[in-house]
Amino acid sequence: MTSLPNPTPGAKKLGLVIDLDTCVGCHACATNCKEWNTSGHMAPLPDQHPYSAAQEGVWFNRVHAYEAGDGDEGRTVHFPRSCLHCETPACVTVCPTGASYKRAEDGIVLVNTDMCIGCQLCAWACPYGARELDEDQGVMKKCTLCVDRIYNETIPEDRRVPACVSTCPANARHFGDLGDPNSDVSKLVAERGGYELMPEMGYQPVNRYLPPRKASSQVKTAPKEAGPLPSQITNPLLRWMDKVLSR
Amino acid sequence: MKPAPSIIFFTVASGAGYGLLFWLGVLKPLGLLPASSLFGATAAIIALALIVAGLCSSLLHLGRPERAWRALSQWRSSWLSREGVAAVLTFLPATVFLIALAHDEAGLILPAGLLSAAGAAVTVYCTGMIYASLKPVKEWHHPMVAPGYLLFASFSGASLLAMLAIFWGGGFFPALVAAALGMAALMFKRAYWASVDATPAASTRESATGLGFIGKVRPLESPHTESNYLLREMAFRVGRVHAAKLRIIALLLGFALPALLFCLAIILGGGGAAMALGLLAAASAVAGLLVERWLIFAEATHTVSLYYPTQR
Amino acid sequence: MPDGSTTDRIAYSAPIGDEVKTTTCYMCACRCGIRVHLKDGRVRYIEGNPDHPVNKGVLCGKGSAGIMTQYSPARLQAPLKRVGPRGSGEYAEISWDEAMEIATSALRKVRETDPKRLAFFTGRDQSQSLTGFWAAQFGTPNFAAHGGFCSVNMAAGGLYTIGGSFWEFGEPDWERSKYLLILGVAEDHDSNPIKTGLAALKQRNAKVVSVNPVRTGYSAIADEWVGIRPGTDGLFVMALIHELLRNDWVDSEFLVRHTNAHWLVIRNPGGADDGLFARDADGKPQAWDRARGAMDAAAADLSPVLVGDFTLPDGRKARPVFHLMAERYLGAEYAPEAVAERCGLDAERIRRIAAEMADVAFNQTITLDQPWTDTLGRRHEKMVGRPVALHAMRGISAHSNGFHTCRALHILQMLLGAIDTPGSWRYKAPFPRPIPPGPGPAGKNSKPNTPLAGNILSFTHGPDDLLVNDDGSPIRIDHSFSWEAPLGLHGMMHTVIGNAAKGDPYRIEVLFMFMANMAWNSAMNPLETIECLTAKDESGDYVIPTVIYSDAFFSETVPYADLILPDTTYLERWDCISILDRPIGSSHGPGDAIRQPVLKPDRDVRPFQDVLIELGARLGLPAFTKEDGSARFKDYADYIVNHERMPGVGPLAGWRGEDGSAKGVGKPNPDQLQRYIENGCFWRHDFSAEESYFKHSNKLYLENAKAMGLIGKSDQIVLQIWSEPLQKFRLAAEGHGEKQPPEALRERVRTYCDPLPIWYAPLEQVAHDVSDFPFSAVTQRPMAMYHSWGSMNAWLRQIHGANRLYMSRTKGEAMGIAQDDWVWVESRNGRVKGQVTLMEGVNPDTVWTWNAIGKRAGAWMLSPDAAEAQRGFLLNHVISEWLPAQTGPRLANADPITGQAAWYDLRVNIKKCAPGEEGITAPHPSALKPPPNMPEPPDILRFNAGDKKP
Repeated sequence: MTSLPNPTPGAKKLGLVIDLDTCVGCHACATNCKEWNTSGHMAPLPDQHPYSAAQEGVWFNRVHAYEAGDGDEGRTVHFPRSCLHCETPACVTVCPTGASYKRAEDGIVLVNTDMCIGCQLCAWACPYGARELDEDQGVMKKCTLCVDRIYNETIPEDRRVPACVSTCPANARHFGDLGDPNSDVSKLVAERGGYELMPEMGYQPVNRYLPPRKASSQVKTAPKEAGPLPSQITNPLLRWMDKVLSR
Repeated sequence: MKPAPSIIFFTVASGAGYGLLFWLGVLKPLGLLPASSLFGATAAIIALALIVAGLCSSLLHLGRPERAWRALSQWRSSWLSREGVAAVLTFLPATVFLIALAHDEAGLILPAGLLSAAGAAVTVYCTGMIYASLKPVKEWHHPMVAPGYLLFASFSGASLLAMLAIFWGGGFFPALVAAALGMAALMFKRAYWASVDATPAASTRESATGLGFIGKVRPLESPHTESNYLLREMAFRVGRVHAAKLRIIALLLGFALPALLFCLAIILGGGGAAMALGLLAAASAVAGLLVERWLIFAEATHTVSLYYPTQR
Repeated sequence: MPDGSTTDRIAYSAPIGDEVKTTTCYMCACRCGIRVHLKDGRVRYIEGNPDHPVNKGVLCGKGSAGIMTQYSPARLQAPLKRVGPRGSGEYAEISWDEAMEIATSALRKVRETDPKRLAFFTGRDQSQSLTGFWAAQFGTPNFAAHGGFCSVNMAAGGLYTIGGSFWEFGEPDWERSKYLLILGVAEDHDSNPIKTGLAALKQRNAKVVSVNPVRTGYSAIADEWVGIRPGTDGLFVMALIHELLRNDWVDSEFLVRHTNAHWLVIRNPGGADDGLFARDADGKPQAWDRARGAMDAAAADLSPVLVGDFTLPDGRKARPVFHLMAERYLGAEYAPEAVAERCGLDAERIRRIAAEMADVAFNQTITLDQPWTDTLGRRHEKMVGRPVALHAMRGISAHSNGFHTCRALHILQMLLGAIDTPGSWRYKAPFPRPIPPGPGPAGKNSKPNTPLAGNILSFTHGPDDLLVNDDGSPIRIDHSFSWEAPLGLHGMMHTVIGNAAKGDPYRIEVLFMFMANMAWNSAMNPLETIECLTAKDESGDYVIPTVIYSDAFFSETVPYADLILPDTTYLERWDCISILDRPIGSSHGPGDAIRQPVLKPDRDVRPFQDVLIELGARLGLPAFTKEDGSARFKDYADYIVNHERMPGVGPLAGWRGEDGSAKGVGKPNPDQLQRYIENGCFWRHDFSAEESYFKHSNKLYLENAKAMGLIGKSDQIVLQIWSEPLQKFRLAAEGHGEKQPPEALRERVRTYCDPLPIWYAPLEQVAHDVSDFPFSAVTQRPMAMYHSWGSMNAWLRQIHGANRLYMSRTKGEAMGIAQDDWVWVESRNGRVKGQVTLMEGVNPDTVWTWNAIGKRAGAWMLSPDAAEAQRGFLLNHVISEWLPAQTGPRLANADPITGQAAWYDLRVNIKKCAPGEEGITAPHPSALKPPPNMPEPPDILRFNAGDKKP
C-alpha cells in the first residue's frame, strides 16, 4: 500500500542531521554514497557518457554551495542535499504501483525497483530533488539511508551508519532516531536549532539541518591596556631595557 | 518541467477523446445530435481511438512500460492509479455504448452513454488531479488546474463532436456548445494565468536552504558541472518573451478562433463551407491545445530548480 | 495488492565483499589509511581505516572515488616506444625487456660520460627517499620532485626558523587550540586532518580566522573571513607583529628560553662579520647578561638583556636579535594604517585580530599538570600553553615573497610563545630538527660512474654550500642552490625543461620524469613547455634528445616522451611512506606507512619503483648491485625491507630488528611488511605526555628521538628569529668571502637575503607595468579533484567537469560583466578565455578559478568534445616561468631565496568576449591521439562489484 504507515507516537524515525556550520563541501558524502550504493541495495547507479561530453549519473547525495547575504556580512555555505525521509512523503502516496514505500519500522523511504514502472511521478512530487531516474533500467532510485549497512551484522556496530556519515571528515553528518527526543541527534537538533527544509510544503522531513553559527564570542577583551603608539614615546624599545628575564 | 511530447500528446488526445465521449454520451440520448447510427458509431470510434492513442502515448513516458499494469493497484492513494482504473473502467460502458450506437439500440444508448460520460469525466478529473496534487509545482498545485483539465477536455471533445455533427448536417447544438465552451475556456485560461502570475511561490531559495536568516541566498556552485536528470526533467524553463507569445497563440488558436469559426458555421447553417469551418475549428482547437499543454509543462516551475542556478 | 514493502528483498547483512585489505590512499598526497573491500576480484568499496592515525576512519571525496580511478580507461596498457614525431602520439607497443634495454643504454651512456646530463624529476612522488637516493647513486645533481612549485617556501621558511614547518612538519593543536589563524589554506596536504580538526575546533567554540582572497572551503566555515589581496599577507603579518610589539603583548620568557631573541648580533657595517652572531672561542653564541656581560647564550643562569648596544670583550659592537627585530617591526611602514590599503583591509580590523590573538595567548592560557624537564636539566611542574595556533599553506607559499612571509608567521608565533605548547602549533614527528638540518646539498663534483656523496636536496648553511661553479654560474640544470635560489631545497622543476631547451647552463641528454604532467597543468606555461619538448636543433635533432616518462595514465605529457614506462595504480603496488622522506607522523608521535598490492595489474605495467631499482642494477649503481654485479634487490618490497641508509636505519621505522621489536633503529626484519599489513599498513609510536610539548627544548623528547634515529643530536633546538645563513649570503653579496654572487645577481642577493623577514611587492609585479593588469589571479584546488588526477575518474569529473572564472559581483557588474558571460583573461604572457561566475566572497581585486580542471582535448581518454576541453581552462597559460625580460640572466618567476614557483603573483585584466567568441574556452590546442591498444571507453557505466554486467 503506498498509503503511509499510520503514525504512532514514539515510532522510530531514522534520519540525518547535517551540520552546515562545519560542512566544507568536500563531496566525500556524495562519492562515498555513490561507491557504496552502486554495488548496494539499489545497484547499480549508472553513469551516462562517463568519458565524453555530457557526463552524468545517478547520485543519491549532491553537494551544493551557496552564498547567503551580501559582501563581508555574508557566508558561503556548503549544502549537501539528499532524501529527507519525510514523515508524509508525497513521493510515496503518488506512486501508482506501490513500488515506492515508507517503512513502518524505521521510517525509511524506499523504492522496490522490481515494481517500479518509471513513471517519474514520485520525482515530480518530491520538492527536494531526492529521486533520480536510472534511465538505463527505467526505474527510479533514491537514498536508502544505507538500509543494507545500518543493520548489517557483518559490520562493526559503531560503523553501522550510512556511508555518508561514516566517511564525513568534517563531522558534519549525524545519524540517529529523530523520533526519540532523547537520542543524540534529537538533542543536537534541539541545542543548535536544527530546521526542516521547505516546511511550507508540509512533507515533514525527518532530516534536519543545523544552521551556520554566528561567529564565536570566544574573544572578549583586549589582553592588557593597549600600548602607546611608537610615535608617542621617544624610544619604544626602552620598555624592554629594564625587563629582568631569566632563562 | 520538461514538456515531454508523449505526455502532451497523451493529455491532449485522450482529453479530446474523453470530451467527445462525454458529449456523445450526454447529447446522443437527449437527441441533440444527428440520428444516423453511422454518425454515432463514427464519433464513438474516434473518441475511443483518441483515448487509446493517448494512453499508448503515455506508456512511452514510462521507463518500464511492460509493467504498466502495476499502475492499477494503488487507487486508494494515487491519482495516477485512479486515472488508470477510471480509464480501464470507462472502456466497459464505452464499448457497450459503441455497440449500442452502431446497432441503434435505443434502450442501451441512454445508460451506456451516461455511464461513459461519467467515466470520461472521472478519468479526466483524475488526470487533472495528478497535476493539481503536486505541491512542488506552484503552477499545477492550483485550484483551477483540475477544473481546467475538465473544461479543456470538454471543449476539445465538443469541438470534434461539432465538426462531425456538421458533417452529418446536424451541427447546430454541438457547435453552439463548442463555441460557448471555447469562450469559457479562453476566459478561464486567462484567469488561471492571471492567478498563477500573481501568486508568489510558497518556496524560495531561502526556504529551500533555510539560510534566509543570513540574507539573500545565491547559488555559487552546483554539485555537478554538466546537466543531470533533475535539471533536464524539472528545471526546464521557457523564456519569458517566448512564453508570452505562445500564450497568445494558445488563446487565439485554441479557443478564440474555434469559437469564432463555430459561430460562423452556425450562421452558415450547413453545407460545404460550414463543414470546412468545422474542420478548421476542430483542427485549430487541437493545435491550440497542444500549445497550451506544452506551456503547462514549460511554464511550470519545480522547487528543485531553487537549488540550482537559474537555467538559461 | 501488496506494495513494495512486502516484496522488496533487502539483504540486510550481506557481507560487504569477500575480502578486505588495508593500504594507503593515493588519490591525493594526504596519505590516509584505507580499507579496500573486494568482491569477486573487483573493488567493491573503499573506506577510511578507523584505526589509522591520519584519517581515523574518514575518507574524502577523492579517496571514496578510488574505484573509478582503478577502472579508468585512461590507464596505460604496456610500454611504448615513440615512432612518430614528438606530440604526434605515434607509438609502438614494446616488451618490458626492450623498454628496459632502451632506458638502460640511454642512461648508461650518460653515466659513463657526464652524469649531470641526466635530469631526473618526479612529480607528486611519495618515494623520494628512493628516487633521490637513486639519483645520487647515478651521480647526477639534477634531481627533484615537485616541491619547488608546491611548498618549498613553507618548508624552507619553517626549517630555517623553527626546525619544523607548516604543512608537512607541523599542525595546530587540534585538541586544545582556542584560536586558529589560517592563511592561504585551501584543500592541500593534510586535507582530512584539517577538516576533522576544524570541525573539532568549531564544535569546541574556538575561533577560526581565515585569511584568504576567496571565501570557499575552509574559509567558508571560518568564524571570520579576511579577504586579503594576494601577495600582501606578509604585510598583514608584520602589522600584527607591529601591534604585538607596540602593546608589549610579547612572551619574553618564551623568547629567551626557546629562541635566539637574546643572542647578540655583531654590528660592523661593511665588515665581514656584520650581522653574524657574536660567538665565543668555541663558537657558542653569546648573550648579554644583566650582571656579567657577554656570556654563553645557552647558560642556565643567564639573565639576558633584550635591548641595548653592547661592546664585546674584543671591542666589537653588538646588539640583541630582539632589539633588531623590534626596531624593524615597530617602524611606521608596518603599522596597520600603513599596510591596510595595500592588503585591502581595515587597519582597525588588523588591530582587533592582533588583540584577539594576544587575549587568547595571554588571558586564556592552558596549563597542564604535566612536569617536564628542559635541555638544561631543569624540571618544570607544569606545561603552560598559549592556545593560539597558526596554519599556512599555498596562498603564502606560491608568491615570490613567500619565504619571508612564512618566516614572519613563525616570528609571530614566537612572540606569542605559541610554538609546540599546549593549544598552539605543534611539530609533527620526526620534527623539530636542527636549524637548518644536516650538511649541504650534494652535487658539486659530479663525475662519470660515480655516486654523489650525501643528499641532493639538502640545506645550505652559507655560500660554501651552494652548487655553483667558480664564476658563480649554476651547477644544477634548474639553477637551484645557485645564487638565483640559494635555499632551493626542493629544486625548481618549473625551470628544468626551459633551461634544458636553452642549454642553460648546459644541454642535457636524458630527461627522465615520473608522474609529472609537465606538458599541461604542472607547467607554469604549458604551451611553451611543449615547444621546448619538441624543439629541434640545426641538425634536426631534438634539443632534449631523450625523454623517458613514467605514468599510470594517458596524461597530456605522455605524447611528448620517447619511451613510456607504464606505472601501476596505487592499488596495485608496494609503496612506502618513508620515515626518511615525509612520513605520516603527527604531533602525537612518529609514524610511517606502506601500500600493499590489493589487486594484480590486468595490464602489462610495472610499479615505477620496481623499474627504477632494476635500472639501478642494470646500470651497476653500487647501492643497487651486489659485489658479484647481480641485482641487490628483487623489487621495491625487497628494497623497503632490506635497504639501510645508515646502519639500522631504513625506509621504515616500525618493527625493525631481526625479531621486529626495535623502533626506528634496528637490523632489517624479513617479516617487516607482514607486520605492517597486520597492523593496517602503518606504524605509529605515541609520545608519552611528558614528551608531547616543548619538543625543541624537551630533554626527554630529544633524547628519545635521538635513540630512535629521528635526530642526530639531542641538543636544544633554538628557534631562529635572526637567520644567520641568510646573513652569510648577504655578506657575500656585499663583497665578503671567496664565493660571491655574479654581478648581475649581487644586488638581488643583498636585498632579499635579509636575516629578518621583509615584505616586498611580488617580483613579477614590479618587473612590468601592472597598471594594465588590475586583478590578481589565483587558482584553488577543489576538494574533489587533485591536480590532474581526477578527470579520468568517471565520478569526480561529474563534480568538476568544467571551470569558471570567479570574480566579485560588484566589480563585475561595474565592468558590465554579467553572470555566465564569456571573458578573456589577459596577462603579460597571453590570454585565456573562460566563462564567468560572479560571487560575493572574493577580494574585489582578485579573480580565481579551480586548478587543473581544464584538459587538453583527447587526453585522459576523454572524447575531444568533453567539457574539460570545451569549457575547462587552465590559468597556467597566462603565467610565465620567467620574470619579465630584463638585463642579466633570465630569471625564474620564483621566490629569490627558495626558487618557489610564484604562481600566485599573476596579474591580469578581464575583457568581455566579442560576440561570437562565446561557447568554448581558449587556448584549445589540437586533440591528442591516444596510444595504441587503449580500451574503448564505454558510453554507459553500470559499476556493480560482483555483478558480471559491464
